[in-house]
Amino acid sequence: MAPISSRRSGYSRRAQYNLFTGYVIAGIGALIGAILLALSFFQPHLFGGLRGVAQDGVSPATEAASTVRTGSKGFWDTISGYYRAGSKNADLKREMEIARIRLAEAEAVKRENLHLKGLLKLQDAEREPVAVARLVSSSASSTRRFAYLGAGSSEGVEIGMPVRSPRGIVGRILEVGSDSSRVLLLTDTESILPVRRANDEVVAFAEGRGDGLIRIRLINLGINPLKPGDVFVTSGAGGYYPPGIAVAILTETTDDGGVARIISDPAATDYVSVEPIYEPEAVLGAETPIERELTD
Amino acid sequence: MERNDPRSRSDAYGSRINRSHSSLLANVVPWVSIMVASILPIFPIASALPIIPPLGLLMLLAWRLVRPGLMPIWAGMPLGLLDDLYNGQPFGFAIFTWSLIMIVIELIETRLPWRTFWQDWFTACILIFGYLLAGWLLSGGQPTFHSLIALIPQLVLTILLFPIAARLVAMLDRFRLTRWKAL
Repeated sequence: MAPISSRRSGYSRRAQYNLFTGYVIAGIGALIGAILLALSFFQPHLFGGLRGVAQDGVSPATEAASTVRTGSKGFWDTISGYYRAGSKNADLKREMEIARIRLAEAEAVKRENLHLKGLLKLQDAEREPVAVARLVSSSASSTRRFAYLGAGSSEGVEIGMPVRSPRGIVGRILEVGSDSSRVLLLTDTESILPVRRANDEVVAFAEGRGDGLIRIRLINLGINPLKPGDVFVTSGAGGYYPPGIAVAILTETTDDGGVARIISDPAATDYVSVEPIYEPEAVLGAETPIERELTD
Repeated sequence: MERNDPRSRSDAYGSRINRSHSSLLANVVPWVSIMVASILPIFPIASALPIIPPLGLLMLLAWRLVRPGLMPIWAGMPLGLLDDLYNGQPFGFAIFTWSLIMIVIELIETRLPWRTFWQDWFTACILIFGYLLAGWLLSGGQPTFHSLIALIPQLVLTILLFPIAARLVAMLDRFRLTRWKAL
């Protein structure tokens, strides 16, 4: 399209000043943006409150959208369930029978565990979730992988609390607004989670790669004992996450560990629960600088 | 006269008799459409890849390139501020990049005053590419090679969506200047 003539200020002093002021304000805007960007690099939580308020503001709309989303997903699942229903039904029945047997066995093991723990005088208090809410939205256009949760500080959600779905770990609370909070998903590049292999004590770190996969980095280097198909669960180290919750399945091995897929895909979850921090004392200890004494 | 041509007393925006533009709509539509587009990407849950295009930026580019002179050159700052509240990047990223983008388009326009749509699309391509690359570098996280690869689908989608955004802006522009019955 042709440029408009108002850009040529001509001899009008007023037009010239207007034009010039526009350029100056634009330049100042870019400068302010650069300063804010630098600030939020050094103090990532500086503008968390502002974002929390903004997120609270749109939460009625995002809540409604997430209700529709999960509802429509159920609808498609119902339709696709009819496809080859007979053979699927037979398969499911067979699986169900085996699962029932395993469940009974697990019950027996649980009972025995309780008994042995009682002998050792170990106490494992039942931990209630702080809040149960929907993942209402996400930063879908950014390189960072955040999700927003429909519960905030008014429900008792605090920074650092683990977020899990029935399938496994989803992430960790990063910022809290009054009715919504921001969750750092496992696939984000800043997310590091101590894990161990489910069936033995091989410990590793699970780091997000930023492309939906997770890099498993072994702590003990040597011969790589991992195989594709290994399941990793939280180890409980670090104090944030309770041990024994499913995290990822290994898909390929590398020199220092492997690449894994997350078990609990946030896009497929309906409700998630926010749990209290597993060992608040350990987290506090890790956050205390080395120069300061932990106990007084 | 009406018998020969029923639209003889109207222009593209409706009848001219006893009708006039709404100054509220004419001023508000571009800003509101960009703001709404900034908020839209938070609705879907994309956990694996950043797949949704930065719609706010796309609308800003479309308004600026399809209707030059409508958005003031400093528009990147206030609109970027709102986008920053929802985009998931470190705060200040959109204020910074959107302001720069507005200045760059201004410079391009002084060099190349007469452009066709293809040239505008090409300009938008380069700016979108720069914006997404800057977003990858300045995300506040580790800029890994894998997340760079994961950017490609979003880049392609955003570039392909620009003509649609331009048509949408043209439609909104017609709506912006619709003549309403004067009371």
